[in-house]
Amino acid sequence: MARTAANGNLRSHLNGVKNRDIKKSGCHSEREKNGTGNGVAFRQHSQESFEQAPMYVAVLTYLGFGIVTLFGYFRDFLRAVGLEKCHLAQERQEQKDFVPLYQDFENFYTRNLYMRVRDNWNRPICSLPGPVFDLMERVSDDYNWTFRLTGKTIHDVINMGSYNYLGFAENNADFLKTVADTACQYGVGVCSTRQEIGNLSIHEELEQLVANFIGVESSMVFGMGFATNSMNIPALVGKGCLILSDELNHTSLILGARLSGATIRVFKHNNMHSLEKMLREAICTGQPRTHRPWRKILIMVEGIFSMEGSVVRLPEVIALKKKYKAYLYLDEAHSIGAVGSTGRGVTELFGVNPADVDVMMGTFTKSFGAAGGYIAGKKELVDYLRSRSHSAVYAPSMSPPVAEQIIRAMKCIMGHDGSTEGIRRIQQLAENTKYFRARLKEMGFIIYGNDSSPVVPILLYMPGKVVAFSRAMLERRIGVVVVGFPATPITEARARFCVSAAHTRAMLDQVLHHLDEVGNALCLKFSRRKYSPRPELFDETDFELDTADVTQDTYTTQC
Amino acid sequence: MLCICYQCFFLLLPLLFALFQKRTTKMASGQQWVLVEMVQAFYEAPAYHLILEGILILWIIRLLFSKTYKLQETYKLTEKEKEDLIEEWQPEPLVPPVSKDQPFLNYDIVTGPPSHKITINGKECINFASFNFLGLLDNERVKHKALASLKKYGVGTCGPRGFYGTFDVHLELESRLAKFMKTEEAIIYSYGFATIASAIPAYSKRGDIVFVDEAACFSIQKGLQASRSFIKYFKHNDMEDLERLLMEQEQEDQKNPRKARVTRRFIVVEGLYINTADVCPLPELVKLKYKYKVRIFLEESMSFGVLGEHGRGVTEHFGVNIDDIDLISANMENAVASIGGFCCGRSFVIDHQRLSGQGYCFSASLPPMLAAAAIEALNIMEEDPGIFTVLREKCRLVYEELQGIPGLKLRGEQFAPALHLQLERSFGSRDTDLKMLRSIVDYCLERKVALTLARYLEKEERFLPPPSVRVVVTIEQTEEEIKEAAACIREAASSVLNSQHCDL
Repeated sequence: MARTAANGNLRSHLNGVKNRDIKKSGCHSEREKNGTGNGVAFRQHSQESFEQAPMYVAVLTYLGFGIVTLFGYFRDFLRAVGLEKCHLAQERQEQKDFVPLYQDFENFYTRNLYMRVRDNWNRPICSLPGPVFDLMERVSDDYNWTFRLTGKTIHDVINMGSYNYLGFAENNADFLKTVADTACQYGVGVCSTRQEIGNLSIHEELEQLVANFIGVESSMVFGMGFATNSMNIPALVGKGCLILSDELNHTSLILGARLSGATIRVFKHNNMHSLEKMLREAICTGQPRTHRPWRKILIMVEGIFSMEGSVVRLPEVIALKKKYKAYLYLDEAHSIGAVGSTGRGVTELFGVNPADVDVMMGTFTKSFGAAGGYIAGKKELVDYLRSRSHSAVYAPSMSPPVAEQIIRAMKCIMGHDGSTEGIRRIQQLAENTKYFRARLKEMGFIIYGNDSSPVVPILLYMPGKVVAFSRAMLERRIGVVVVGFPATPITEARARFCVSAAHTRAMLDQVLHHLDEVGNALCLKFSRRKYSPRPELFDETDFELDTADVTQDTYTTQC
Repeated sequence: MLCICYQCFFLLLPLLFALFQKRTTKMASGQQWVLVEMVQAFYEAPAYHLILEGILILWIIRLLFSKTYKLQETYKLTEKEKEDLIEEWQPEPLVPPVSKDQPFLNYDIVTGPPSHKITINGKECINFASFNFLGLLDNERVKHKALASLKKYGVGTCGPRGFYGTFDVHLELESRLAKFMKTEEAIIYSYGFATIASAIPAYSKRGDIVFVDEAACFSIQKGLQASRSFIKYFKHNDMEDLERLLMEQEQEDQKNPRKARVTRRFIVVEGLYINTADVCPLPELVKLKYKYKVRIFLEESMSFGVLGEHGRGVTEHFGVNIDDIDLISANMENAVASIGGFCCGRSFVIDHQRLSGQGYCFSASLPPMLAAAAIEALNIMEEDPGIFTVLREKCRLVYEELQGIPGLKLRGEQFAPALHLQLERSFGSRDTDLKMLRSIVDYCLERKVALTLARYLEKEERFLPPPSVRVVVTIEQTEEEIKEAAACIREAASSVLNSQHCDL
């Protein structure tokens, strides 16, 4: 089917586009059940697209990787015969006869591919990570093997990379007064664990506030977002338990699952058919070999997936979890604060009761401009974690000024500070997101994800274009994040934009203007869809969506 | 699959036999005619023979193209049965119920800063429990630098190191740490626990072998688990036991030299063990390292900023060349009194973590104010190495004062800043022992001495250390306070343990 489109038949674009569109597959009945009262909101947030690129793009992408790999081998050969100098750090002379610390092929990618383009990552900054930041200029005299800071600063680069969704990464002295006071009073560390002597009253205050904010009974906070997942999942599940994990889950969830000792099975990204099939099969066949029934089944999903910008299909997941008596672990690292009319995350976006989610996890690194993470839920759950979490026993508690920053930001969002600033920021973010996404689609970029997600990935596909794009944008003083293999599938390298409430319309327009130019120059506008400049036209197209649904079904069966 | 093969074989047998017969009958007339003759034989053959062969051929084709025969399919459940199974399945609750009197459910609440004077559950005490060895937690200079950083950078970094989460402060801290430790390179993590737990799996993979001390702390255990390597535990600080394991491995390697050439070997030890408060025999370990060609990873959370003339840790303490240690990791949550951790060593080793350290790549970077505080702490440590001498003096004093308390035994070296007081004799079960020790802690809390129980996850620890009270030495404690505290502990021990004896 896709071939017809590749032939250039524009009229068949509806078929040609392998439309992994939303909400669709199955679960119509559930939607009716759950959707009472918020059916409208539901539908609005269900615009999620993953447009497939034309065939030639994939071919060129593979070709690009092929050429780079060939060159890699060639240069390795040159290094082996001594024609090219190898700049990599070498093993100590005394330890040359040890078993090599790295396998040679492990480093092939680093040595020959990553080294050539690594100026696009780890760019050092020397200011607040706000809507604009200052980059430290660095140059390389030896093709990226080493960098030298020139001491110059590139001022006022528009920051499209930081997860500063609500603009709480700020240094306004009035806003930060309480944080500064806390730092003065407490110092920055704690020097003990929660269970020993590091349980400060400020932590208890924060936990109470988080529980209120999310609308659950109780919560517990931890010093690092990554560790919140990797150190608490092992406390919840263990041998004889099953974890059903979305294929695009974050590394921290995967690590936590692996450390727990439970069996892990992976379902297709946001695919409810796949999840339901696995649930049924798991319950019917039980544990492998012994066929004992599973002790418990935990479904792990994220609120907003950080590389795709897609939003979990929460109502369906909850319906499935209830039907099959599984438990749900929801990681709201990117969604808490960023979506929902009052920033309560995906539960609010879909209008579901937070109590229906067994484990609500999230981080403070993003929307709250701080560090750390939380787990919230029923009192029994949190009590159990308080006695059994690895983090509570072995890791230091959260830094007091960081805790105060979270309290400040959260109170602002909740309106407890007596202003409407929080709600204004949430609305601003929603508006910015909508505007930015709509304009990008109009321009003809292929962008992934949900219309309400502030994470906006633009697909670039070819490795050469990824690098050219990032460098060209920096020249135009726009800081973007690009990711490629192995963080994404090999053919789906992308640039990721994080929209913030702190971005003004002028900044966004500037970014869009440059994106348009760079997009034309590098031929990045791969989309073959026709987007109406007026998005409301799209909202009524039930018929069209159903067609897309059919296409999707055929697509899935084909696979 | 096997079934198919058998069936095919039996069906093919008569066919082949028939063909073979035809061929052999006419064999005499010459090889080149075989094909022609076979065609002729085909014409001559009786009809029933051809029909039979035709049927056999069709049967074979059917077998080849029919679905693979599976044993399970005979058990295939009907939809109804599936529904019943799903209906019947009852999972365990997500978490087991926690009883209200679980001793570690209700934490002690600290109001105000956890510095030298600490208010626990409303009682103001002298702190003998937080790892604030150098008293840098409420150091004005450190706070001042943290505030200046807060003013410039705000709190969070809003991104991992790769995506605009690298601040000039981070680069400065890394180069300062490298300089302080006299190594080529250092890398910082945003959480102490994640440091060694990420560093180990960055190097040691499935199939590699790690020799590790039984008393290794929990973050090492988690790192080992994440690495999925073979783990060999040797008895705590027992170099003979380690050498025995290394020798066994060497013999194993001689049997399979091809495998041995790609199997990486590591020894993971702690400088000063948090669980036992004693020091690892580093010089012997280095000897073993070169003898058996094993790399050494050293975790120095308790010894960094404590041991050695300049606080460089256990390498300086023993005068071992730091380049002989492949990787040193430590957290900045004890002596440095900030948050986070770091690894240092040669660039050849450390640089690898910038792409492979999970806690480095996938986590938001350290808030700049915490990094700035750590830099200032390093400044203080560099400017005045005298503090390490003071700390050692205080440690010795505490060590001497705590000797010979009836019913309690002191575990640890005399230069260790975090000691363990264990019961001389167990009261039967771990729970009662813990209760006893908790009563001692409570008794001291009442009398303005803040102590704490050393906490472990009893089910998760590989080798669970015996229950103990932690006694932490800091340079802020005066000689008087130390003597009073020791007297208080002595009193507590006699009061609690004796009354228990009477009860019994």
